[in-house]
Amino acid sequence: MDGNQISMLKKIMEIEFTCIDLNLYLDTHPEDQKALQDYNYYSNQLSMLKQQYEQLYGPLMVFGHSQSQYPWKWVDAPWPWEIEY
Amino acid sequence: MWVYEKKLQYPAKVCKPDVKMAKYLIAQYGGPDGELAAALRYQTQRFVMPTGKAKAVLTDIATEELAHLEIIATLVFKLLKGVPVEILKREGLGEYYTEHDRGLFYADTTGMLWTAAYIQAKGDAIADLHEDMAAEEKARATYEHLINLTDDPCVKDTLRFLREREIVHFQRFGETLVHIQEYLESKRYF
Repeated sequence: MDGNQISMLKKIMEIEFTCIDLNLYLDTHPEDQKALQDYNYYSNQLSMLKQQYEQLYGPLMVFGHSQSQYPWKWVDAPWPWEIEY
Repeated sequence: MWVYEKKLQYPAKVCKPDVKMAKYLIAQYGGPDGELAAALRYQTQRFVMPTGKAKAVLTDIATEELAHLEIIATLVFKLLKGVPVEILKREGLGEYYTEHDRGLFYADTTGMLWTAAYIQAKGDAIADLHEDMAAEEKARATYEHLINLTDDPCVKDTLRFLREREIVHFQRFGETLVHIQEYLESKRYF
């Protein structure tokens, strides 16, 4: 796994974590407009980052959520527990 | 339904293999206050929650707990990677090795297997949310014990992240409890 892949993956983790935390907050504060604005902003950032990553390194999700280049890249190493972060 | 993402929620790092720490950490994989218990508890309690907010909180926290289960598994996997059988035996994992080699299984640190008796689903939002708040505090305490048990800065870093999440979940469950109490109160006067 090259350095670029790890750093892209870490960036995705960072932005997705922001989304997760805002998501849980919004569950109990659905009328907080500022938090919702932040959530939508980071959600958009996250889709862009994931799209860039997937074009280079294969799908992060299956079941139709992402496309794959030939041959089917989902089966490629490394799996999340095999990566040295 | 659920969809898997081929990534961890947080980079789970281990500086060096450590059999004893793997043995302790398994508590959060298949122990009573571990991540499997948490994910399954919230996932099954959500069906009879009376409001959308409560259903959302339980669904989303259950999902995050599955990500934590994967982080714990990754730590245990890395802590045991390449460790010779002799050392596994010497450090107290001989019994575990007999059944599972270096694979992951739902047991606690004493080898007790995971059981649904660890969790409750009372069909009552107030009772269940109190249980959930207690569960988060127990998991927080377990993470603090685990942090005290290791001097590996990489493992400590990952455990600190997981400990923080228990605190956030406790907060969200507390808000949900207040919201449900108000909801039930308002229904009484209509």
